[in-house]
Amino acid sequence: MAEQRVVVKLRTGLLARPAALFVQEANRFSSEIFVEKDGKSVNAKSIMGIMSLAIGHGQEITIRAEGTDAEQAVAQLAAMVSKEE
Amino acid sequence: MSSERSITVAELVEGLGLTVFTPDADFDRRIATMDINRPGLALAGYLRYHPADRIQLLGRTELSFLTGMDSREQALRVFAFCSYEQTPCVVVARGEAPPPSLLLEAQARRLPILGTSMVTTRAASVISQFLEERLAPETMIHGVLVDVYGIGILITGSSGIGKSETALELVKRGHRLVADDAVIIRQVSDNTLVGTAPPLLQYLIEIRGLGVLNAMTLFGAGAVRTHKKVAMVIHLEAWRDDVAYDRLGLDEEKVKILDTELPSITVPVRPGRNLAVIVEVAAMNYRLKAMGYHAARTFTEQLREAIEGQQR
Repeated sequence: MAEQRVVVKLRTGLLARPAALFVQEANRFSSEIFVEKDGKSVNAKSIMGIMSLAIGHGQEITIRAEGTDAEQAVAQLAAMVSKEE
Repeated sequence: MSSERSITVAELVEGLGLTVFTPDADFDRRIATMDINRPGLALAGYLRYHPADRIQLLGRTELSFLTGMDSREQALRVFAFCSYEQTPCVVVARGEAPPPSLLLEAQARRLPILGTSMVTTRAASVISQFLEERLAPETMIHGVLVDVYGIGILITGSSGIGKSETALELVKRGHRLVADDAVIIRQVSDNTLVGTAPPLLQYLIEIRGLGVLNAMTLFGAGAVRTHKKVAMVIHLEAWRDDVAYDRLGLDEEKVKILDTELPSITVPVRPGRNLAVIVEVAAMNYRLKAMGYHAARTFTEQLREAIEGQQR
């Protein structure tokens, strides 16, 4: 299992489009991936789940994955949300 | 994912619009139990099993009992009653004013004294309903919750297996959508789970290729529900030739969500299989079983009789 806490640096937070890209990226991995915010955990491969968390700029989330490509998935997704653009 | 929850007294005051008699009290005290106590016995001096961690509700009985004592005794009882640090707050019902001795002692201890104009039993039920809502253990599940013939069915399965498409087909067939993709499930009482959509996602459904749709504006108010008791789980999984799927329906699988076990069915998915019909029939079969008719068992019984008949 891989896990990483990360602060979301994306200027808009995970608005609809960035959320869709995030979920698209998550779906490229075979691991089970979860995103947790304020004790609520959702499936990272579900766009509705991710959007239900309403993740904003500067908020801290935990990305957790379990499976063969868990490390890679967590690193990739964490890098994605911590980009400042 | 579930957690023991609690709310602060400040949230209770705001949520129910209670009067505050002790503005300087500690409103960060936490309420972690749904139970309410009417402290008649505690005020009479019996404190052995006093559930101090509950909200203490004073009605006309308790107040008249307290004010009927002589002042020394009253001070003594109030002192003992207010001495518990774990008591979140005291609520005085019927719009009555709290006795001065109680106010004085509570202020010294920073114990919040609140008031409501409701009669005591009504106040008790309103408070416990509010607490149940806010304190019930809760979890978020990746799945779709639909109401099919009045049965709340939670459809689970991995991403892209066709949960939302099944829900869409069900809605087209006149059933109701509760939540798509993310379902908040609450344990409202023993053996009762209630599912809702996260507030942001209410009535929304996401279909690959179409995007986010609003089931209420598309299909009307009759096509959605805000919440529904979850009665069974249907798990969709990709068809595998090496797995033996249930052919009889005699064994009942169970799945545990929070503290409740729900009957569960695993349905293998293969292109061309009409999942909505299968879910519909599963709902009807569940109702039949609840009414006392179990097709698989009845059939087994008949088969047994037929075999025994031949041997005679």
